[in-house]
Amino acid sequence: MSGNSTDIESLVNRRYRHGFVTDIESDSLPPGLNEDVILALSAKKGEPEFMVQWRLKAYRHWLTMREPAWAHVHYPPIDYQAISYFSAPKSDADRPKSLEEVDPKLLETYDKLGIPLHERAKLAGVAVDAVFDSVSVATTFKSKLKEAGVIFCPFSEAVLNHPELVQKYLGSVVPYRDNFFATLNSAVFSDGSFVYIPKGVRCPMELSTYFRINAANTGQFERTLIIADEGSHVSYLEGCTAPMRDENQLHAAVVELVALKDARIKYSTVQNWYPGDENGKGGIYNFVTKRGDCRGANSKISWTQVETGSAITWKYPSCVLRGENSVGEFYSVAVANNMQQADTGTKMIHIGRNTRSTIVSKGISAGRAQNAYRGLVRIMPQAANARNHTQCDSLLLGKNCGAHTFPYMEIRNPTARVEHEATTSKISEDQLFYCRQRGISEEDAVSMIVNGFCKEVFRELPMEFAVEAQNLLNVSLEGAVG
Amino acid sequence: MTAMLEIRDLHTKIGDTAILDGLSLTVGSGEVHAIMGPNGSGKSTLAQVIAGHESHVVTSGTVTYCGKNLLELAPEERAREGIFLGFQYPVEIPGVNNAYLLKAAVNAKRRHNGQPEIDAFEFLKLARARMSLLGMDPGFLNRGVNEGFSGGEKKRNEILQMAMLEPRLAILDETDSGLDIDALKAVAKGINALRSPDRAIVLVTHYQRLLQYIEPDRVHVLSKGRILRSGDKSLALELEERGYDWVREAASA
Ligand SMILES: Nc1ncnc2c1ncn2[C@@H]1O[C@H](COP(=O)(O)OP(=O)(O)OP(=O)(O)O)[C@@H](O)[C@H]1O
Ligand SMILES: [Mg+2]
Repeated sequence: MSGNSTDIESLVNRRYRHGFVTDIESDSLPPGLNEDVILALSAKKGEPEFMVQWRLKAYRHWLTMREPAWAHVHYPPIDYQAISYFSAPKSDADRPKSLEEVDPKLLETYDKLGIPLHERAKLAGVAVDAVFDSVSVATTFKSKLKEAGVIFCPFSEAVLNHPELVQKYLGSVVPYRDNFFATLNSAVFSDGSFVYIPKGVRCPMELSTYFRINAANTGQFERTLIIADEGSHVSYLEGCTAPMRDENQLHAAVVELVALKDARIKYSTVQNWYPGDENGKGGIYNFVTKRGDCRGANSKISWTQVETGSAITWKYPSCVLRGENSVGEFYSVAVANNMQQADTGTKMIHIGRNTRSTIVSKGISAGRAQNAYRGLVRIMPQAANARNHTQCDSLLLGKNCGAHTFPYMEIRNPTARVEHEATTSKISEDQLFYCRQRGISEEDAVSMIVNGFCKEVFRELPMEFAVEAQNLLNVSLEGAVG
Repeated sequence: MTAMLEIRDLHTKIGDTAILDGLSLTVGSGEVHAIMGPNGSGKSTLAQVIAGHESHVVTSGTVTYCGKNLLELAPEERAREGIFLGFQYPVEIPGVNNAYLLKAAVNAKRRHNGQPEIDAFEFLKLARARMSLLGMDPGFLNRGVNEGFSGGEKKRNEILQMAMLEPRLAILDETDSGLDIDALKAVAKGINALRSPDRAIVLVTHYQRLLQYIEPDRVHVLSKGRILRSGDKSLALELEERGYDWVREAASA
């Protein structure tokens, strides 16, 4: 059939529905980065001395570093002196007063994604006072957590109210000298989430960034720290399926997880940042360092992510399996369309005895996109009986896109058992014709096949997030049919 | 009896190769037709052209279905209008649940007909009943579409889909090939259950065996893209005895 692949391409091609730019000047520091900027930033936040010193140490180290060039992504040089490193949260006066003032296209997307009304307003950046429901929802939420002794607050609040915890754990998983972007983040991070679950507590609900009060505007250098004390459990949901509105092109976040003895952390991300237009113009560069430390015996950390946005994604949620019998998991769906470039994967570092890790990576490429999986499994000499299973599947839609797999294995203990499986498949014309012959439209057939391909990962997401993720894929693949 | 399907002087090509070469065929409501013919004669091509496969380009001729110009409709529209193709080689769709596809198909058709969608409970009840008629294990519902099915299991799955969709016009492309004797009987039972005065069935087959279970009203011999001879069910028996050569010779004489 002539034009097969263009059919499939036009099908997965859709316009990003987000569509508004703000030109409101906020209370910002002028662009540029030097020690004075860091001092000013820290002063504006009223930070204690240890925090200022940590930022400065990171900044001085950053000056000696070079931007990494090894990822399978290409972008023009970033001018770090052109970025403004402090921007006060927008005052309510600058925000839309109600949903009526919000771009109808955005609302239409929320509708398709099935996002509840009270959340839509917040996502669209409507002034908090104007958001009916959400305040009361948030209040109940807060009091329940308080009862359980859980701390869940903006990072900047934790620095002021729980400095001993911050000082003890900050940088203990991702040291300030870790890598170029993490070091930059350490010097200039704006805000993010802080979570502490006390010993033996099962967090009574999923912690979602939807409900992170007062932190609507965390900016481009977000910092998150989650500590699960002995025997505690927590499930944390990051991001949302709604298109994220953001003027900042560069995002360099750091997420640190600490699981002590018998603790479990489940960290789920659905990310849908602006990917840029068909030519890749204007999209977000997302350079993230996410790492979990299974510090205690029998601890477990699971990363689950669904990535559909960003022009460039560079991200390797990792687990350091230090405690005996600890378990690390990574489940990922990464969609790359048009000119998107995704270089994602994970690292599993086995240090303790009998540690186990599982990696399931599903990459979907369409348009002219490039999707790379990069995974490292390292078994240290002392990690007797370590196990890893890696499954890495790629699905190609159309013939101008690519999938690349770079598995790295470093095995320094002969008792290790490491398995790697990889497949690449395409949606065939025959499959589409088969579905259409059964009365199913081409668009529905594609989303059915894609959802089937991602099933093993969706299964790992908390229930309502899984439904949202599926809707998101459907919207992502919704296209120019007819 | 009105003609359900009326094909007149149909010519098609795939790429630069002409395949159907002046084919005409009329199938009336309530009828069962068998199409036989040597390998490569164009039987599957005919089935796919009726279903709307876009690899095949119709260069001339007409296809009318229930009074409508079929060639104007997209494949999914034809399906919703009641055309079902049982594929000679059903494709595997890994990861997509068999029940999910089946339910989506049933609902696509219901929506098209302005009927309410079937709910999960009703759907399962119906699917289980159809499966027991076909001697299929209900476990097949929860597997990937045709994923890892044996040849015969795939064919039964096609018949299950047909039984659920209750098409007006079913074209079954070698559904009998690769079936064991019990499966053949079960499939024949499924097909016969569908027979009714307002439906029509076109069976593409190489074997007269199937026609012992499902008696055709008409038998056609297709060769090199056109129908060389048509007759009643005795033609199938004659073909089994004498092969296709005599038909070709008789036609060229
Ligand atoms: N893509 C293609 N390009 C060129 N020729 C093709 C293509 N597809 C089918 N053909 C040819 O069309 C002719 C008819 O094929 P078709 O599958 O309709 O035969 P058939 O009668 O169903 O045969 P069988 O009994 O073996 O199933 C064959 O000669 C085949 O090689
Ligand atoms: Mg055939």
